Amino acid sequence: MPVAQSVSDRGAASGVAKVSSVFTSRVGALAALALVLVALPFALPNTYFYEIAILVALNAIVCVGLNLLIGYAGQISLGHAGFYALGGYGSAILASNYGWPVWLAMLTSVAAVGVLAWLIGRPTLRLKGHYLAMATLGLGVIISIVLTNEDRLTGGPDGMPVPALVVFGQALSGEKTWYPIIAVALWLTVWYALNLIDSPIGRALRALHGSEVAAETVGIDSARWKLRVFVQSAVIAAIAGVLTAHYAGFITPAKSSFLHSVELVIMVVFGGMASIWGAVVGAAVLTMLPQFLTTLKDYEMMVFGAVLVATMVFFPRGIVPTLARLFGRG
Amino acid sequence: MGGAWLQFVAGGLTAGAIYALVALGFSIVYNASHAINFAQGEFVMAGGMSAVSLVGMGLPLWAAVPLAVAAAALVGLLVQRLALEPAQAGGRADVVTLIIITIGVSLFLRGAAQVLWDKGIHPLPSFSGSTPITVGGASIVPQSLWVLGGTALAVLVLAWFFNRTLYGKAMRAAAVNPLAAQLMGVSTRGVMRTSFALAGALGALGGVLTAPITFTAYDVGVMLGLKGFAAAMLGGLGSFGGAVAGGLLLGLLESFGAGVISSAYKDALAFVVILAVLFLMPGGLVGARRTERV
Repeated sequence: MPVAQSVSDRGAASGVAKVSSVFTSRVGALAALALVLVALPFALPNTYFYEIAILVALNAIVCVGLNLLIGYAGQISLGHAGFYALGGYGSAILASNYGWPVWLAMLTSVAAVGVLAWLIGRPTLRLKGHYLAMATLGLGVIISIVLTNEDRLTGGPDGMPVPALVVFGQALSGEKTWYPIIAVALWLTVWYALNLIDSPIGRALRALHGSEVAAETVGIDSARWKLRVFVQSAVIAAIAGVLTAHYAGFITPAKSSFLHSVELVIMVVFGGMASIWGAVVGAAVLTMLPQFLTTLKDYEMMVFGAVLVATMVFFPRGIVPTLARLFGRG
Repeated sequence: MGGAWLQFVAGGLTAGAIYALVALGFSIVYNASHAINFAQGEFVMAGGMSAVSLVGMGLPLWAAVPLAVAAAALVGLLVQRLALEPAQAGGRADVVTLIIITIGVSLFLRGAAQVLWDKGIHPLPSFSGSTPITVGGASIVPQSLWVLGGTALAVLVLAWFFNRTLYGKAMRAAAVNPLAAQLMGVSTRGVMRTSFALAGALGALGGVLTAPITFTAYDVGVMLGLKGFAAAMLGGLGSFGGAVAGGLLLGLLESFGAGVISSAYKDALAFVVILAVLFLMPGGLVGARRTERV
């Protein structure tokens, strides 16, 4: 990894520790991620592992977006599963019930979720405190109930089939076709998030997180920036939802449950708030953990809860920032 | 016609009383630590399930009910002592961190209930028979009266505790300004432990009172917790009077909504209420306008 190497040298020159700078520098992280994503298929023995890799990547996309909101804008969303599922359902309904071309259905659905997020975020982000968490909690549960009850449109609790995405007359299906698409989507999301953080918006957000009052006195419109990040994170969740729906060919209301929203927040916080790398690691660890925990059967939920509490008690900053600090010192 | 309305009111108040108890738990914990305790619904489940087990072991109801409430109070105390206190010990813990811990605790408790008991639905015998009483054309199960009476009693005891006893006043002082209270000799650690024990007991009381009507299972806490939270929001988070008013109002809204509009969307109403409150009156029904000091 020559790129990562040169970046970490620069980091050392400025007094930042060598190992941790690989994780914090933009180019290093992007190169490392690309390497992992390209190398991964060689290590995957069968389609089951492909399936898990895709699941991890999809969750990571949502978490990177959600982390922009939680880690940088300092706001929690307890309804991101709602945006995620609504993206998928919107595309599925437009394509199968109304016969729209799939690509157009995908784009429209994502845009519609963005508008919805804007409508919810605009009044609530003007208030100080964690009101967005409550609004998104409410919206998420409402979305979940509507998707379950409007069975003529959504197939009800059993879910609905989703038409395949057709590119150049070829219907895309199967894990091996979708892995590269979703891997590229993840890489682009991370690239976008890293750029956003280093942009004027990112600096404004970090100032806000440090001290909202101080930021406002230098002319940063806190409500406006928070709203922009919230809408972007909802759109990213919707993109992941659209990809999930057309990859899996089927979608159920379980995707929109409150519990799923909570899982997404947990992935972000577990991996490390305000760390793009942390969101990816959090998504990876917590998506794979239940696969191992299924051997525990009835104890699964209990162990998951205990792991979560222990992580928060011992690594309140999340796994990645804590480890980066440890390596940084050593 | 009058009978139908009365029926809605009775059903709404019964459900609302339970939401009020859960909402009180949210507000007490919120005042002590500014965290939203997402394990509050699990206290309801713990109370109901413990009572079912104790009755199953042959205990009479009058002994099983207080024991179940005490057990849940102990669970609440242990949650604060074992899960939240270690996180708060390292200085100022972020509120987000505390909220995530309570979510972890709720998963743990739900998982533990699934192992301790099972995934089945369990009934608790009614406290005093199940022959409905007919009042003005509406038929009311006697258990509804127990729910309303039990809730009223709990609210009165709480009001006495927070307004008349020294420790209750100390807890209110710690909610307003923890540092000043600490300087006056109030142990904020003790206040937080007591708050969680109280929240556990209140939730469990709700769980025990309602178990004969709605039955109980390892996962009843999820929806009850969220609706109790909606009720607390509606009343104004942190306000005790608001929690009771919010709970009863939410119960009535749901009952009339299910009867007049659509029963499929009954569960959604609580969340529409959350959004409406946030958009129109973010302080809640009785919330004071707060200004932030810089």
